[in-house]
Amino acid sequence: MEHVSKRYSGSEAAAVSDLSLTIEAGELCVLVGPSGCGKTTTLRMINRLTTLDSGEIMIDGRSTLTTTVTELRRGIGYVIQEGGLFPHMTVAGNIGTVPRLLGWSRGDVKRRVAELLELAGLDISLAERYPAELSGGQRQRVGLARALAADPPLLLMDEPFNALDPVVRERLQDELLRLHRELAKTIVFVTHDVDEAIKLGNRIAILRQGGVLAQYDTPDSILAQPANEFVREFVGENRALRRLALRRLDQIDLAPAAKASSGLPTVSSSATVREAVSLMIETGTKALSVVDENGEARGSIRFDDAAGLLR
Amino acid sequence: MIAAQAAASGPVIPNFGGGSKCVVENHAFCWGWVNAHWGDTLQPALVQHVELTGIAVGIGFAIAFSAALVAYRRRWLSGPIEGFSALLYTIPSLALFQILVPFTGITTTTVEVALVAYTLVMLFPNIVAGLNAVPAEALDVARAMGFTRRQTLLRVELPLALPAIVAGLRVAVVSTVSLATIAAFLLPKGLGYPIFLALKEPSPFRTEIYSAGALAVALALTADLLLVATRRVLAPWARRSPA
Repeated sequence: MEHVSKRYSGSEAAAVSDLSLTIEAGELCVLVGPSGCGKTTTLRMINRLTTLDSGEIMIDGRSTLTTTVTELRRGIGYVIQEGGLFPHMTVAGNIGTVPRLLGWSRGDVKRRVAELLELAGLDISLAERYPAELSGGQRQRVGLARALAADPPLLLMDEPFNALDPVVRERLQDELLRLHRELAKTIVFVTHDVDEAIKLGNRIAILRQGGVLAQYDTPDSILAQPANEFVREFVGENRALRRLALRRLDQIDLAPAAKASSGLPTVSSSATVREAVSLMIETGTKALSVVDENGEARGSIRFDDAAGLLR
Repeated sequence: MIAAQAAASGPVIPNFGGGSKCVVENHAFCWGWVNAHWGDTLQPALVQHVELTGIAVGIGFAIAFSAALVAYRRRWLSGPIEGFSALLYTIPSLALFQILVPFTGITTTTVEVALVAYTLVMLFPNIVAGLNAVPAEALDVARAMGFTRRQTLLRVELPLALPAIVAGLRVAVVSTVSLATIAAFLLPKGLGYPIFLALKEPSPFRTEIYSAGALAVALALTADLLLVATRRVLAPWARRSPA
């Protein structure tokens, strides 16, 4: 999959009007916006759950209309809120749905289910449970595992984490990022939560009422340069601090390590710059010593360096 | 004078030599009669009753199920079909026999047509309700995963509607077992027949009524339990029946 480019033109109701965007293969693209902005409609047009009135959606250079609709959908993972699990099937039955549709052998399906349970961080003992017997977080993991079952290159996720409590939600966001890194899938993720979008997206498409694209850029650029008043307002306050939260200390150029005797507070290199700044304010220092997971000094960071990152 | 003679010569009801004291004196319930007539009366009546009920519910289910599938796709049909089946249900059974006899004669067919007509009002709405209650997300996801319409029906919609379908079948079976006793007004068939005969006697013999009635109740309960067991096996995910 090299390019996903799509262009929709809206109907007279204009849920989505004349939208064009290109999603690079392997990217996690978040569609975000207030309700009624057409983000879910946009997502559903990709696997033709919603038909487009005009325009064209291309996956890998091929129009989605050139394949049969069932074939197209079997090649695209789909995850919705609460996982959208079939209540009458066990966890294993749910996860094995698409492989069975594709005619895999019983043994292959079973092996794949076991593999996916592990990948999704679920215990194999849950395989024979019914969805009603799972927690919300577990259901969501099963939904994700099911979407990945036939190893589709493209994954569509429609506000998957909305119904979860904040702690579970954050954990699943982290897992999604991990899976995205490991599996190199192209993911289109819909949410109305800007913070979720900023945390997850490689690129964010901000949509406004009527499916008009307000801005399409990386989280950092959106925070640094909101394209217009709508984006500025939608993204909200504390943009500078939130940009710092996007950078981990091991991803930036650090100043040389301070002398061991300097007595500076230490911070892990896996922390974000925002966390480092917060620690400086807390401890009343102007610099921190950065250490890796083994406690080895990796460098240091000063308050001015942190602020300078944003310029 | 005649009364006096009769009193002197024993009971009014002639004793053909087969009856026990219990039967002769027409007690409330006589196990002896049940034992003696199981083979020639009760058992055949029970078998006939199972047949009457089974055929009626079977055909009724086939009709209601097909109609429900059509009404599920074309919602506007659901109201008229339900209204029609309710209308059929309001026709008194004996009147329905009278209406049917000129066409189908005094046959089992007449009884079955009537019984089938009565099952529809219990089966059709339940099947339609079961299909309509399938969660929208499940259908959405089925579509998104590339199920064809047929696969969605067979693997998602029908399994999810199963508890409601079984609930409809339970009501239909139990009420048909009960209704089928009136077949005896037309034919010497089913558990209604011993009751019918006994009622025609000037002093009805109660054991016949009680034993045939008890068998009908036992049959209804057994069939109901079997259906519940079937649902448990086929729909283990449904903790409670939705109906």
